[in-house]
Amino acid sequence: MEQTTNIIELRHITKTYEDGYSAVLDFNLEVKQGEFVTFLGPSGCGKTTTLRMIAGFDLPTEGEILLNGRPITSLPPNKRPINTVFQRYALFPHMNIYENIAFGLRQKKTPEKEITKKVKKVLELVDLEGFENRRVDTLSGGQQQRVAIARAVVNEPQILLLDEPLGALDLKMRKEMQLELKEMHRELGITFIYVTHDQEEALTMSDKIVVMSEGKMQQIGTPEDIYNEPINAFVADFIGDSNIFNGIMTGKLKARFCGGEFICVDDIEEGTHITAVVRPEDVNLTAPEEGRIRGTVTSVIFKGMHYEITVESGKNEIVAQSVHSAREGDRVGIQVEPDNIHLMLAEDHTNIFAVEINKNYELEYNGTVLPVSLPDIIEGSSVSEDGTLLDKKGLEIEPDKVRIKISIKPQDIELTDDQEEGLVQGYISNLIYKGDHYSYVIHTDLEQDFVVNDEYLWNMEDQVGLIMPVEKMIFTVKK
Amino acid sequence: MQKRTFSRKYLGIPYALFLVCFVAAPLIVLFYYAFTNGEGAFTFRNLTGFFTDPNTLGTLFYSFGIALVTTVFCLLLAYPTAYILAYSRLKAKSVILMIFIMPMWINFSLRITALKEILTWLEGNLAYHPFLNTVLGMSYDFLPFMILPIYTTISRLDGALLEAARDLGAGERGAFLRVTLPLSLPGIMSGVAMVFLPAMTNYVVLDMLYNSTYIMGSLIGSYFAAYDWHGGSMIALILLGIICLFTLLTDGAQEENTRGGTLL
Repeated sequence: MEQTTNIIELRHITKTYEDGYSAVLDFNLEVKQGEFVTFLGPSGCGKTTTLRMIAGFDLPTEGEILLNGRPITSLPPNKRPINTVFQRYALFPHMNIYENIAFGLRQKKTPEKEITKKVKKVLELVDLEGFENRRVDTLSGGQQQRVAIARAVVNEPQILLLDEPLGALDLKMRKEMQLELKEMHRELGITFIYVTHDQEEALTMSDKIVVMSEGKMQQIGTPEDIYNEPINAFVADFIGDSNIFNGIMTGKLKARFCGGEFICVDDIEEGTHITAVVRPEDVNLTAPEEGRIRGTVTSVIFKGMHYEITVESGKNEIVAQSVHSAREGDRVGIQVEPDNIHLMLAEDHTNIFAVEINKNYELEYNGTVLPVSLPDIIEGSSVSEDGTLLDKKGLEIEPDKVRIKISIKPQDIELTDDQEEGLVQGYISNLIYKGDHYSYVIHTDLEQDFVVNDEYLWNMEDQVGLIMPVEKMIFTVKK
Repeated sequence: MQKRTFSRKYLGIPYALFLVCFVAAPLIVLFYYAFTNGEGAFTFRNLTGFFTDPNTLGTLFYSFGIALVTTVFCLLLAYPTAYILAYSRLKAKSVILMIFIMPMWINFSLRITALKEILTWLEGNLAYHPFLNTVLGMSYDFLPFMILPIYTTISRLDGALLEAARDLGAGERGAFLRVTLPLSLPGIMSGVAMVFLPAMTNYVVLDMLYNSTYIMGSLIGSYFAAYDWHGGSMIALILLGIICLFTLLTDGAQEENTRGGTLL
């Protein structure tokens, strides 16, 4: 069913709370009839708020929402032909399954005979035939999930909104439900708008993915587009595993990053700061002398179809996927095909670097403990009585199974003469005057490059410390 | 030799003793007096006497009426208060709740005396409106017991359920009637039990308001004052039966509610 009309349009939607915090900023989106659109992003990126505005639970402070071309911005939720599947299902505990599903139909004064017929049909759709008289609390999580879907779908909404509907299910159940939801979407032909923080879920299910961060749309496109051509370092890092490096163009189709010079296909002016993204499957491991750069294998993990091999070159970590195994401690060379290097302009450059979790469950970088608490960073986690870190389900989190990356903007880092004051030390390896400020590349003692904007003039080769305020850091967690 | 070990069971001994002395034994004594006459012989006369005496029966219905009206009056005051309080975005929420709870901390007889002065000032003579005065006195006394459980259930209600109701097409009124109200029934039920039962037996309020009429509590008192322990025990026993019945009924309704039976 291919139609060119937009079923829903969001125009310049902004949601600002009373305290001045903007959950969503100037968000624009057009969704076509029958599409499966996913809002993807880390927690706090504004995806759920956007969904709530479409449902009518929250009102945007600015902007307009159009349904079939007609404004519905301030219509209450009960007046919208849109239904929601809630994160925690929100089934009515005082009603049986039949009454739960019939709730919407009863509001429309549907004759009882028709209700019975429709409930039966929708229960078949979600594979729960004969569950009419069961109580909500006798159902498993997965079954409750299905009832929640049935309760929404039975009203034949024009748009079905799903707010992390699979978040509370275990992995196996989640995989099954992903396929079933996709199948259901095909069968019903209803437009689905789906919210998740799980990039794999988004890639599996969607026709179109909207990647969000800090209330803003970062990129919109098909799963293939987003995976293969990430528009910036955030998207590259969030979708799939990526090696991300800061670098600079050193010549025509030549870029220097990760301690080596690589040939690439993006024609960018010499001297421009760039961000280079290389997917692990595109990293070729060679004999040391054949590689552009050399390094030492630090870990090898068997992943079923391939090995995940981590190579340390200087202080840069490069993750490679290979069908051939390697041994820890091996010296290897690294080679990347030019068209597998994705370069992005580093105009709005974000520095991304990995930090370690130490034995006391603190974040550590360059021997300094960062003044942040882990439970604040890892969503749903808590610290148990004996000091170990527990996840949402109460299972222990092993520090070496979690990777935490910090992003920080160039303007949020401060340079200082007093090197000890900085979180990390290095020398200025490049500087460009940008009209009202200088943009520096600092090559740190840990062999990483940081981009820093500063209004004061420093000289090439100056030894500096980098002060990074914790409140400006954005943490992303990968397991 | 067997070693004596401390078992957790022993912790129950003090309470078991208490139970025997102050619950079981008095009950047996109560039964004994209720079914015997002055000579100590077994009789049903006390029982039949209660149900054939128009005075005692009248007092029973009067008490029931007072308890019922008090309960309904408290419910009508308490539900909106608890609802507004639970959903207000006021930062001073706990302070307002405190204002409703605080009278409970002030000596009970002092409060009733104050009420008496006000009512006397308003009505001239308390004897003109015995029923109204008793209901007002009891409501004043028992209102917090109605507000608290209702407030607790409403404020614990999952907001997503209301959103779900709105999302499925219910207006604000519909969402209230079909979700909030049925889900706050457990709170209403415990509030009703906590007001109705004491209202049925309490006679201090009535006494202090110089009320000339009798309710169950004062009736029992008058029997014992006249040294008719047998008749008084029977009335106490009948009241006990009524309360048991009522408790079973409200518990049953609560059970029904949590099991998913809709009352609407």
